[in-house]
Amino acid sequence: MADTKVMLMQGNTAVVEGAIAAGVRFYGGYPITPSTEIAEGMAKRLPMVGGKFMQTEDEIAGLGTVIGASLGGLKAMTATSGPGFSLKQEMIGLACNAEVPCVIVDVQRVGPSTGQPTSPSQGDVMQTKWGTHGDHWVIVVSPSSVPECFTLTQRAVALAETYRVPVIMLMDEIVGHMRERIEIPVSYDDVPQVNRARPTCPPEEYLAYRAGESGVPEMADFGSGYRWHVSGLVHDDTGFPKSSGKATMEAENRLRGKIMNHRDEIIQVERHMLDDAEFAIIAFGGAARTAYDAVEMARARGLKVGLLRPITIWPFATHEVRELARSVKGILVHELNCGQYVISVKAAVGGACPVDLYAKYDNESATPEEMLAEIEKAMKGDGLI
Amino acid sequence: MRHTFRFSGTGGQGLITAGIILAEAALLDGNLAVQSQSYGPEARGGSSKAEVIISDEPIHFSRVTCPGTLLVMSQEAADKFAHDCTEESLVITDSLFVSEVNANGAKRIDLDITRTATRVCGKPLFANIVALGAVAGLTNCVSEKSLERAVLERVPKGTEDANRKALAAGFSLASEAQGKA
Amino acid sequence: MKEALVEKYFRAGHLPHLWCPGCGNGTVLGAIVTAIDNRGIDKNDVAFISGIGCSSRSSGYVDFNTANTVHGRALPIATGLKMANPKLNVIVASGDGDCSAIGGNHLIHAARRNVDLTLIVFNNSIYGMTGGQYSPLTPVGSRATTAPYLTIEPAFDILDLARAAGATFTARATSYHVPLLTSVIEKGIAHKGFSVIEAVTACPTNFGRQNKIAAPALMMAWQRDHAVMKAKWDTMTDAEREGKFPVGVLSERNDVKEYTEAYDEIIRRAQGVSA
Repeated sequence: MADTKVMLMQGNTAVVEGAIAAGVRFYGGYPITPSTEIAEGMAKRLPMVGGKFMQTEDEIAGLGTVIGASLGGLKAMTATSGPGFSLKQEMIGLACNAEVPCVIVDVQRVGPSTGQPTSPSQGDVMQTKWGTHGDHWVIVVSPSSVPECFTLTQRAVALAETYRVPVIMLMDEIVGHMRERIEIPVSYDDVPQVNRARPTCPPEEYLAYRAGESGVPEMADFGSGYRWHVSGLVHDDTGFPKSSGKATMEAENRLRGKIMNHRDEIIQVERHMLDDAEFAIIAFGGAARTAYDAVEMARARGLKVGLLRPITIWPFATHEVRELARSVKGILVHELNCGQYVISVKAAVGGACPVDLYAKYDNESATPEEMLAEIEKAMKGDGLI
Repeated sequence: MRHTFRFSGTGGQGLITAGIILAEAALLDGNLAVQSQSYGPEARGGSSKAEVIISDEPIHFSRVTCPGTLLVMSQEAADKFAHDCTEESLVITDSLFVSEVNANGAKRIDLDITRTATRVCGKPLFANIVALGAVAGLTNCVSEKSLERAVLERVPKGTEDANRKALAAGFSLASEAQGKA
Repeated sequence: MKEALVEKYFRAGHLPHLWCPGCGNGTVLGAIVTAIDNRGIDKNDVAFISGIGCSSRSSGYVDFNTANTVHGRALPIATGLKMANPKLNVIVASGDGDCSAIGGNHLIHAARRNVDLTLIVFNNSIYGMTGGQYSPLTPVGSRATTAPYLTIEPAFDILDLARAAGATFTARATSYHVPLLTSVIEKGIAHKGFSVIEAVTACPTNFGRQNKIAAPALMMAWQRDHAVMKAKWDTMTDAEREGKFPVGVLSERNDVKEYTEAYDEIIRRAQGVSA
């Protein structure tokens, strides 16, 4: 085991440290509450490890520089909040279509528009899935604690590199701004690095978008002797535009397949007290913190309640939720919005058990007492108590 | 073991720093701690609050409801942040700033926090560290040794002696108050 | 343009290009490639980044490290790439609409930072790809599909704008003045810092037809008759300059540190602090 140190750290700072540990060496972004500490931390930390930070002229340029740096071979990242995340959508589309690895952190605020910049919300759940135009596939992960900010940022970088896809780290103000105990390595030298597959064939044989069984093409750094073409237009395995309907279908199928065919490696959920549970809460991010306490309180009252905490938000944990629906008699989805994730939960459950929603959108996280009351209400409604 | 704290006052009084130091001291004791704060314009002039939970078991829900200890360092904070206290809460007020607190029957201890900082260190700037000493003395939530270490690790170089004095003065305020009680 | 250069720098199988007969974009692209060849830069060390529009399709035809990105925002992508690999010669191709309208903010900030990029603005005074809408560089009083009653908006002088924002090299030439165009591009590539070259080019299909100069030869003649070499321009009165524009290298300064080199200083400072 490498030497570790214990410290009190803010969630946003743990994202910075996770990124540095994962080998991120470029950050381009624009300050926006409640994500700004990530930019500030990167500005300080990146040059210490020979990396580069840019405060760009706007949110769009932030992701633009990240895409450029990634083409140049660096692991690259940006961070923002809702208004900035909206501005980045076109660039996210380019990163999807051109398959440029990058990580985008969205520390959500209450919205729409300027909303409540310093209050917790999870209102961007659907935007992370459907934000950019056209059919597209991204990976979205959401941490619930400061230590998880550190580890999940590393995982986000690894997923982006492995699948050549934008990975969105969906955070909320609760986790972004809280300080908590974390134990991290003193040195990151021995942290395992996941890097994109780079071509080994002679340059003249390189087809930039030819993918093997994994569905993920090898990616050459610009300037490494493999001259290739990046395009946001629909392209074939050469990377050059193709306008046929067949080309569009083949391209879309591969972009979907490279994610969905690896769903078992990509999707992570935490199961808490579910073995004997009759009733389950589904909650993620900062909202899940309330759920742990509510489960304990419910158990103290003799109610067999457990928690399913999705860590991967998209692609949706369809199998895991369906399996849960078969093992419990009712599900309560808790999210800090008017009900977004619950749409997909209901679709996956498909009537196998009742699904209730505890939506909270008053600038505050739910207290464990409030959630317990909602659990009891739902369980009564489902005839379980 | 579980302690919950809400430190409230005016932006610039150093209460968020005090909350961070308290949480760091708890970690030095080998316990767990979570700190959160009001954020944004409020932390720079308006009323401000920092919350800390210390426990020897995992802490999930990170906000403080019904604070075990409420520190109040301005009248505005007293009006705004005492609403969810209970009879079990301890409310520590700074006598320079706070006259009335409606804290639902909580026990109140009025201390000369800011005046003590000015008297001992020459500046009201050290009131947050005096307050920390008083809070720790009254609640035994962290060890004196860990708290001193946490303070010294966090404060600017060259101010260590003044901060040590401020902390000791806070502990004295606590023991005087306990002596009276 | 020499056939050998076509063979050396153009991607086999991706020609003919999609530009209309009489379009000047091919001439401008030829000048860029000739300038790169004259500089003797290895193809592997050139990145060619473009936005969206007719001229931005140029990146697909040339055998470098190329990217056809999003509308107006080639510059931030080029900037990130240059930061990742400062050894690359990064050329940015952009149209007048791409660069001065939707991408205007990126232009002024790339200029302000003095990143070592060579921006070539293909200025055909119109949005060609979408069928002839006016751009911020369309001369006032022109007809466009979105200006059926003629434009009332004054045009930017893109080079004045870039220079005021901090660009350390500006130059202009036309698709008529090919040797001059090649030469100023070559100088722009050689310049260490942010270089902007305005290549005045003709769009007979979408600008010419709407403005009664549809014949490509007429548009070339217009370029010939209205361009004035910088040395002569400097001696002309305001009255003589009316309706004309200067060509050649219009400004160059070397007293501003290039951005990626300046950033190395940040790394040194940060590592000094951490050591």
